[in-house]
Amino acid sequence: MSHPALGKAYPPFEYEVCREKIREYSHAIGAANPVHFEREAAKSAGFRDVVAPPMFAVVYSAGSVAPGVLDPELGINLALMLHGSQEFVWGEPVCSGDTITTETTFKDHREQDGRTFFVFESVSTNQDGQETVRGTWTDIVRGG
Amino acid sequence: MEKGDSIPELRVTPDKYLPHRYAGASGDFNPIHIDREFATQVGLPRNILHGLYTMAQVARANAALADGDPRALKRLSVQFRGIGLPESEITVTGTVREVRDGRAVIDTVAEQDGNQIIRNAEAEVEVRQ
Repeated sequence: MSHPALGKAYPPFEYEVCREKIREYSHAIGAANPVHFEREAAKSAGFRDVVAPPMFAVVYSAGSVAPGVLDPELGINLALMLHGSQEFVWGEPVCSGDTITTETTFKDHREQDGRTFFVFESVSTNQDGQETVRGTWTDIVRGG
Repeated sequence: MEKGDSIPELRVTPDKYLPHRYAGASGDFNPIHIDREFATQVGLPRNILHGLYTMAQVARANAALADGDPRALKRLSVQFRGIGLPESEITVTGTVREVRDGRAVIDTVAEQDGNQIIRNAEAEVEVRQ
């Protein structure tokens, strides 16, 4: 039986990307390419401004996924929840000065081996309407 | 680059305070990552790494094929298994499964202390022929 909230969409979440956040994130993950730190390096590599590493997608899109995970209508037991798997498909690079809007949908729900899978899809676009990333977030709840 | 080639191995040892820096950078302050006492109370050996930090190391290992060009990584999917810990070396290895239309598909694994903490990772990277 399908979950009654399957297909539910959550309100768009907007994130303004700035150089200092890109630098902080890049430093934390150990990304060393100067295009993540210096405007000149980024511009000479063909970017509008300091560019984010691909996995920076979590910084600007997680705020869109959280309301789904926390939605009482879905009833996810957070104490028993694990982040089971993750996929990102990247499009246009994200640079300092961009405004990224992310919309999340409750995409799939299934039970398997006594565990319940909740799948969310997030789609992020920049201020010009170009898709920057599409994320598939799979959370697993042990014991249903 | 062709099928069966290995990607350069990435080795990184996250220091004791890495989960705190990553929490600040990512906005994920779940106490299992930053509070050792809380983590042990819920049955973990200590505060643990963010899975998405480890995924970022897998992304970095694959982007290295294109000299760290952030445009090169087109897709990455991972399964989180086991738990990653600070102060212990992580090794990311990968093997090219196929190269087609200027894109390499790479099977990647992240290991720590003999445990696969990310497995079945699949990356698609744009490569210069």
